Amino acid sequence: MSGVWVWIEGNNGNLAAISLEALGAGRRLAGELGQSLTAVVLGEGVQGLAEEAFAYGADAVLGVDNAVLGVFRVEAYGRALAQLVADRQPAVLLLGNSSRGHDLAAWVGAQLDLGIAADGAAIAVKDGRLVVTRPVYAGKLLSDVQLSGDVQIVTLRSRAFAPASANGGSGNAEWVDLALSEDEIGIKVQGFESAGSQVSLSDARIIVSGGRGVGGPDGFEPIRQLAAVLNAAVGASRATVDAGWIPYEHQVGQTGKTVSPDLYIATGISGAIQHQAGMRTSKVIVAINNDAEAPIFKLANYGVVGDLFQILPALTDEFKRRLG
Amino acid sequence: MKTVVCVKQTPSTTAVFSVSGGTVSWDDPGGKPLVVNPWDEYAVEAAIQLQEQHGGDAIALSAGPEESLEALKTCLAMGCTEAILVNDDAFQGSDTLGTARVLAAAIEKIGDVQIALFGKQAIDGDSGNTPIQTAVKLGWTPLTYVSAIKEVDAGSGSITVERLVSGGRETVTAQLPVVISVVKEINEPRYPSFMGIRKANRAAIPAWSAADLGLEAGAAGTGASLVNWSKVYPLPPRDSSVEMVTGDNAQEIAKKLVDRLFEEKVL
Repeated sequence: MSGVWVWIEGNNGNLAAISLEALGAGRRLAGELGQSLTAVVLGEGVQGLAEEAFAYGADAVLGVDNAVLGVFRVEAYGRALAQLVADRQPAVLLLGNSSRGHDLAAWVGAQLDLGIAADGAAIAVKDGRLVVTRPVYAGKLLSDVQLSGDVQIVTLRSRAFAPASANGGSGNAEWVDLALSEDEIGIKVQGFESAGSQVSLSDARIIVSGGRGVGGPDGFEPIRQLAAVLNAAVGASRATVDAGWIPYEHQVGQTGKTVSPDLYIATGISGAIQHQAGMRTSKVIVAINNDAEAPIFKLANYGVVGDLFQILPALTDEFKRRLG
Repeated sequence: MKTVVCVKQTPSTTAVFSVSGGTVSWDDPGGKPLVVNPWDEYAVEAAIQLQEQHGGDAIALSAGPEESLEALKTCLAMGCTEAILVNDDAFQGSDTLGTARVLAAAIEKIGDVQIALFGKQAIDGDSGNTPIQTAVKLGWTPLTYVSAIKEVDAGSGSITVERLVSGGRETVTAQLPVVISVVKEINEPRYPSFMGIRKANRAAIPAWSAADLGLEAGAAGTGASLVNWSKVYPLPPRDSSVEMVTGDNAQEIAKKLVDRLFEEKVL
């Protein structure tokens, strides 16, 4: 059992942001454990990803290039990764906790009967084993997880680990020929509708969020305008999603996304405990609300009591002026 | 069409937690400390809708302590046609893999199941691993993050769903049987009806043990768990002394706030 492995997720041919973070975490753990860092690249026509993985610090790249891996399907990627892990027995397998990384970890764990520490927010090394700190009870508590078993599988929460930086490394990937058969794969992908250029909540450095105080679907317009100036993602409270003012993929909180941006601007959000659970680890929180008693102010670093329809356009203008 | 929906009983979303001597306890201002895991309610609704459209059974299944009977009664009151509890001291302390083995064995014992539904994750353990792990143990195709069930063709045994994944929406088709985990967007769960509640209170809910499932010792429970998360503690409090930004008009407030945010280096 040796080696720290990182599964590399592609995003339009580039390394996904979460994979850079996983490589960053992997580099540090490999150092602390005195082991090497291997990037695992799965897909079809993924030589470019392998080169990028070297450039971002991988000591070695293990790849499978196979037509069955053309689009991500957990049945295919799971079988391929489980076979590599079973054959070579790394000490640690790290995956970003994207929808794909999450599913892949669960599959490999089940196929090989290995434990998983899911959605890790911090990792320490103790006596040569990992201690993974992860949120539980909808982010209201933390737990320190230790895994028994030969291979320790950990998925990493977005934006919780410093990304690897390019060090100009290069090398020759080892390409493994696995027997994968399309007949074994039940999932047939019929189509994909891209979310387009929208900044995703999980990856966003800045999020501007709206709650019931925006008053209706049109109330998100000043939020979108501020978000555009800041290259931010647009978030929403559960109440606005349930009212049909904005699609579900914008929901922050207990039955939506848990986010951890550098800056979270909550406008017209009272700050129910379920919403707080999804954003309380943000670095700086700004609350704008016309109710001075709103619970969100207890969480915020900066608060403005006022009409969001006046404050938001003024903020947008000010940022435009200052960010030029 | 025979559908099983797997549910877990969890603390409510408004629960306030405390930890003392490593033991987690909670209180709820609403006075209802245990509920059907909120994500599972969408799976229950999906199971009932499948039953309404295609006939057959919508069976609620829960692996947990005896109190989980309350969660199962809620499922019956909403419209599930049957409920089964899987309960054995030997299962206590299972990790998600152990739970997946238990649920897979129960689904096999029920027999002829075409779709096993789950919520995306449970709001206590929050790992979201159980749906896929149950699929692997059953040897079925997992369809996760499902935001719409577009078509079920019982004749050809195929299903088409939309999945809400990182970066967009994916439409996929698979052959039954499948395991499905759902996200909130899929539907709006109904409230239990008065008649449903009466029916649920009269229902006899069978409880299956490890022996009933033919599970050997070591398949589940603390001894089989590979994930030790016994150390649980509260989040460190936020440094939450809020600085209120005031001014004579919106422009002045905006200017002061932007100054502060530049100082924080978060832009």
